[in-house]
Parts: sequence; structure tokens; C-alpha cells
Amino acid sequence: MFKRVFGAAFAAGILTGILISGIHQFTTTPILLEAEKYEQGEHDHSQAFAPHLSNQPVLESASFSNDTPFKIYKAHSDAGHEGGDEAWAPEDGIERTLYTVGSEIVFGVAFALMLTAAFTVHGVPVDGRRGVLWAMGGFAVFTLAPALGLPPEVPGSMAADLGGRQIWWLGCAAATGVGLLLLVFGNRLPLIVLGLLIIAAPHVIGAPQPEHFGGTAPPELAGHFAAASIVTKAIFWAMLGWFSGTFYKKLADS
Amino acid sequence: MSKFQQSQAAVLSHDQAQDHDRVQRLGVALAAALFGIFLFLGVGFAHSETIHNSTHDSRHFYAVPCH
Repeated sequence: MFKRVFGAAFAAGILTGILISGIHQFTTTPILLEAEKYEQGEHDHSQAFAPHLSNQPVLESASFSNDTPFKIYKAHSDAGHEGGDEAWAPEDGIERTLYTVGSEIVFGVAFALMLTAAFTVHGVPVDGRRGVLWAMGGFAVFTLAPALGLPPEVPGSMAADLGGRQIWWLGCAAATGVGLLLLVFGNRLPLIVLGLLIIAAPHVIGAPQPEHFGGTAPPELAGHFAAASIVTKAIFWAMLGWFSGTFYKKLADS
Repeated sequence: MSKFQQSQAAVLSHDQAQDHDRVQRLGVALAAALFGIFLFLGVGFAHSETIHNSTHDSRHFYAVPCH
């Protein structure tokens, strides 16, 4: 049983992580890199940044004077909260790509473990198609619902305090998960209504928003990134569900 | 042991085996879910600057709050 649940999840997560990394190269990565150029001030001629620093992403560049030492990946609103100027970051190019592929694999394995755990608790025979159904739930929980309050952001976007957004995001995902389970398995009207209320609650409370908007990337780029990110994640979840279900079936009773 | 007693014992052990199977199944599922959540929080939410910088691009792709 252990081998089945963990084996299927690792196989599906690693395979999907690698495949989706290739798709990201065509969908989201070009937009993200383009947005970073604005973030670094390459497209902003009022900022005269030193050329040797031009490949180090900086946030809120407009608020920096030219002689201010840059902080790599400086936080939006909790500056100095963690790390420092010497914080390590992968080199642009192949190293950065490898780290991204690595984290995509971890995301894949993490979500696949939740899927195979759900298959196991449900206890109904699973195949690739049923895996995709469960994965659509994952897509709703981890992509669609949080995106309503905190849409996918390009680097250089304005945002509220990181901690508050993280708490809202996790709360929204948890509420959507519980609500969906009540909707699908509740089978009684009061439970279904309760599920809907739980799904709506985080959006009624509202996600933390910045005091004012005006990130460095053009709004067209930000909008394109949000759409590309959500579409790519639909592909991700469909692949992850299909592979998880297929491997879970193949590893039955082994 | 009468035939009846034997079949009773068989039913009992069958039930126990089913219970054991269910407990084991839920235990493995719980372990998988917790490990999945642990990995997800690590790759998507950890505040460590090093982890953040390594996972930066994928955090943007997965739309978890970043920066």
C-alpha cells in the first residue's frame, strides 16, 4: 500500500514536473523574463542602473535612488525582514532553469501525494480518467479559487504584506477543498449549502490588497501572465491527474 | 469446535482483517497527505531567502504569494 501511494505519486509528480517545465518555457517564462526587464529598469530610461547589476531582479526599483545598493528579490513590504544583500540566488541561464525544473518537480510530487492520498481514502478503483476528475478538484482548490483574490503576479507587481497574503492563500485553498468535498460527497442539501458557504467565505472576507496599484510591468504583460499561468496549470493538473491515476492503478496490490 | 463456531470465528477474523486493512490504508493516506503538504509548504511558502530564490520562477508559475 505504501509503495503504491508513494510510488505512484513520485512517478506522476516527477514526470509531470519535467513535462510542465517544458511547457512553461513557451507559456509563462518569456512573459516572466520580459516583466523582469521592467522590474530591473531596463525599459525605464529614467533609471540609470549599473549594467553589471542588470541581470539581478530588483523590486520597487522606482523607489530606489541610483546609488542605493540593490537587494536581490527584495520583499515588497517587509524589507530587511530576511536575508541580506549577499543572499544566494541561482545564476541566470541553465542554473536558474535547473532550479526551476527542480521546484516544479517538488510541486508535482507534493500535489500528486495529495491526489493519491485522496484516491486511497475514497477507496474506489482509480484509473487515469478518474485521476483527472480528482485533479480538476485540485485545479479548483490550488489555482482557480486563490486566483480570484490573488491572481498570478509577474515580478514587480504591487502587493500587500507577504505574510497576510500567504495566510489568505492557504485559508482559501483549505476552504475550497473542504467545501468541494462537502459539495461532491455531502449528498444532503444542508451539507451542499454549507459547502458553498465555506467556498465563498474567503472571498467575502477578501484577500489582502496593496494600498495602491502601479507595479513596474505594463498591465498588458501582467494580464497575459495571469492567463498563461492559469491555462498552463490546467494542463499541469490534467497531466498530473492522469499519470497519478494510471500509476496508482498499475501499482495495485504490489 | 462446532461448525457454527468455526464459521463465527472465520467471520470475526475476516472483520478484523478488514479493519486492519482500513486502518493501514488510512494511515498511509494520512502520511502521504502530510508529506505532500510539507513539500508544498516548503517549495511554495518557506521564507528562507535561499529556498525563495531557488523556487522563485515556479512560485510565480503556481501563483503562490511571492516576495
